Amino acid sequence: MGIDAQAELQRLLLKEDVGEFLAFEADLLDARRYEDWLALLTDDIRYWMPMARNTASDDTGREFTIEDEDVNWIDEGIETIRQRVAQLATGLHWAEQPPSRTSHMISNLRVLESSDGLDEVKTRCRFLVYRNRLEDEQNIFVGKRNDTLRRVNGSWKIARREIYLDQNVMLSKNLSVFF
Amino acid sequence: MTDRFEIDRMVDTDRGVISRELFVNRDVFDAELERVFTRAWLLVGHEGLIPDPDDYFVSRMGKDSVILTRNQQNEIMVFLNSCPHRGMKVCRYDQGNEAVFTCPYHGWSFSTNRDRVEVPGQLVGVPHFEAGYSGNLDRVKWGLPRCPNVINYKGSIWASWDPDAPAFEDYLGDMKLYLDTALDHRDGAPGGSELLGGVQKWRIRCNWKTVSENFAGDLYHGISHQSANLAEIGMATGKSRRDALPLRHAIGFEGLGHGGLGFPPSYEERPFIPDQYGDPEIDAYYKQVRTARERRLGDRMRVGLVVGTIFPNMSFHADQPRSLAFAHPISETEVEMWRIYLVDADAPKAVKDMLRHYYMRYSGPGGMTESDDMENWTSVTAASEGAIARRHGFNYQLGMGKEQPVEGLRGAVDSGNYSEGNARIYYRRWAQFMKEMSWDDMAPPQTKSTVEVAHGD
Repeated sequence: MGIDAQAELQRLLLKEDVGEFLAFEADLLDARRYEDWLALLTDDIRYWMPMARNTASDDTGREFTIEDEDVNWIDEGIETIRQRVAQLATGLHWAEQPPSRTSHMISNLRVLESSDGLDEVKTRCRFLVYRNRLEDEQNIFVGKRNDTLRRVNGSWKIARREIYLDQNVMLSKNLSVFF
Repeated sequence: MTDRFEIDRMVDTDRGVISRELFVNRDVFDAELERVFTRAWLLVGHEGLIPDPDDYFVSRMGKDSVILTRNQQNEIMVFLNSCPHRGMKVCRYDQGNEAVFTCPYHGWSFSTNRDRVEVPGQLVGVPHFEAGYSGNLDRVKWGLPRCPNVINYKGSIWASWDPDAPAFEDYLGDMKLYLDTALDHRDGAPGGSELLGGVQKWRIRCNWKTVSENFAGDLYHGISHQSANLAEIGMATGKSRRDALPLRHAIGFEGLGHGGLGFPPSYEERPFIPDQYGDPEIDAYYKQVRTARERRLGDRMRVGLVVGTIFPNMSFHADQPRSLAFAHPISETEVEMWRIYLVDADAPKAVKDMLRHYYMRYSGPGGMTESDDMENWTSVTAASEGAIARRHGFNYQLGMGKEQPVEGLRGAVDSGNYSEGNARIYYRRWAQFMKEMSWDDMAPPQTKSTVEVAHGD
C-alpha cells in the first residue's frame, strides 16, 4: 500500500473510532447511565453552550455570547457537571422525575484536526437530541457540536464540548438533559 | 358598566381563594393585555444593553414588541416596534446600533435624532412621498408610536404606556428599598452594579402570573429545591448549600402589589461569614466590601432581600444570584421568561467569573434550581384546564391574619416566614387593574416613612 493510501486508511479508521465512541456516549446518556458517562469526561473538561442572537449578516461577531465573558446557556467544568449528576441521583429533581425519554443522534461527523500521536482530536458534528417526557411534552434540540477528544490510557475522553443550539429563544422550558 | 368578569369572586382574598380562571382563561388573558400591560410600569431593559448613542435593544411590553434605544442626544426612549404603515417590525435584530430605523416592507424610515426631527420617532423617509402622497403625509402622526413614560432607575429601564401613570418611584413605594439591594453596589453605594452580557430568553407553558407570584414571596415551596440543596450547588463549588440562609420574611406592599422574601429594616448588618468562597481573592473582596458597607451605612436603616416581584411581571433576585427577570405574557398558558444578571461593576474578574458561573447553574433553563420551578408551573397549568379543576379555586390561606405592619416602611406588612400574604396582596392589586380603577382610586394610603432611610451617600 502506498503512503497516501496508508494515510487515508488511518484517517478513516480514526473517524470510525471516534464515531463509535460518540455513539457509545450517546447510548450511555439515553440509558441514563450518568455515572458511567461522567467517567468519559476529563477533569479539565469545558462544557459550554452559548446563546444565539439575531444579528444582521454583517454583524455576526455578536451572534453568539462569549465563553469567558458573557452569560451563556451552560458553562460548566467537571465539578458542576458532577453536581448535576448528583442532583439527578437524588430522585427529587422534579424536572427529570419521572425521567425524560431521550435519543441523542449524531451525524455529519468530521475529524478536523488530530495531534501527531493521534491522542487528541478536534471533531465537528450535528446533533439532534429528542426529548419526550410525561404524557405529551417534547423538545427537539438541533445544532452543531465541536468536541475535543483526548486519548487517556488508551480510551477516548471528552476534554471540551462546544454546543451551538440552533435556537434564539429557548423553546424548551429547561435544559435538564446533557448534550 | 357590569364587567363580564366577576373579579371579586375570582379574587376572594378574604377567604383566601383565587379562581383558576386567572391562569387558564383566554378572555382573562386578553383583558390583562389591555388593562394591566398598557398601564403598569414594566421593566423593558437595562442601560448596559444600550451604552452608546443609537444603540438599540428589542424588548417587549405585554405582547407588544418595543424598541429600547438611546438617541444622539443620549435620551433613552421606547417605541412600538411595528411600522404605522402596515405593521412590519422595523427592527428585526435583537440588539445593535442604528441611526435610522427603516422598515423592510415598504421602506418608511424613522429617526430619533433631534437634530433631524422635531419629534423623536418621526418619519424621515417615505418612498414616493411626492408622487404617491402628493407630499401630504403627516410625518409626526405617522411616526413610530413612542412610549410616554420611560425611566432609567439605577441602570434598570422601565416604561409605562399610560400618560397618567404615577411617577415610577411612587409606583414602587418603599419596595424601592428592596429593589435597591439588587441594583446598588454590595458596599452600599447607590447604583454601582453592571450588566453581564447575554439575555436568557425561554418559553414555559404556564401563565405569566404563576412566575411572578412564585417570586413574590413563596418560601413554602422549598421542598421543590431539595435536590439542588442535596447536590450542594452553593457558590463555593462542591461544599456549600443554597439553603443555608436565615428564614426570610414575606414582606408585601398593600395597594402596590409588590412583595418579596427578605428581612425587615434593621440598623446593623446581618452576621458576616468570612472565607466562605474558598478562594483568597474572592474572600478578600467580600471582606473589603463588607467593611466599606459598614462604614457607609453606619447605624442607619437598611433592608435585605433574597427575591421579590414588582407588580405585574418583573421579578428579581437581589442577593446571590443577582438578576432581573421579565415574565412576558404569550398566551393564557405560555410565558416567555427573560433573565439578565448583575455584578458589582468594579469587582475583580475572579469575583465576576465566580458569580457568572453560579448564576448560570442556579437560574435560567440550565439552572439546577429554576429547572424544578418550571416543572411545577407547567404541571400546575396543565392540571388546571379541566372543567372540574376550574371549579376548585386555589388555596391562598397560608399565613392569613398574621400580617403585621413593618416599622420604617410605608404600607408594608410582614406576614411571617411561610405565608401567602404577598400573593394575596399581588392579586388584590391585579383585581384593581382588572376593574379598570383610576390611579387615584387605586392609590394606597400614603403614610410617611417614620425614619430616615440609608441611601448610602
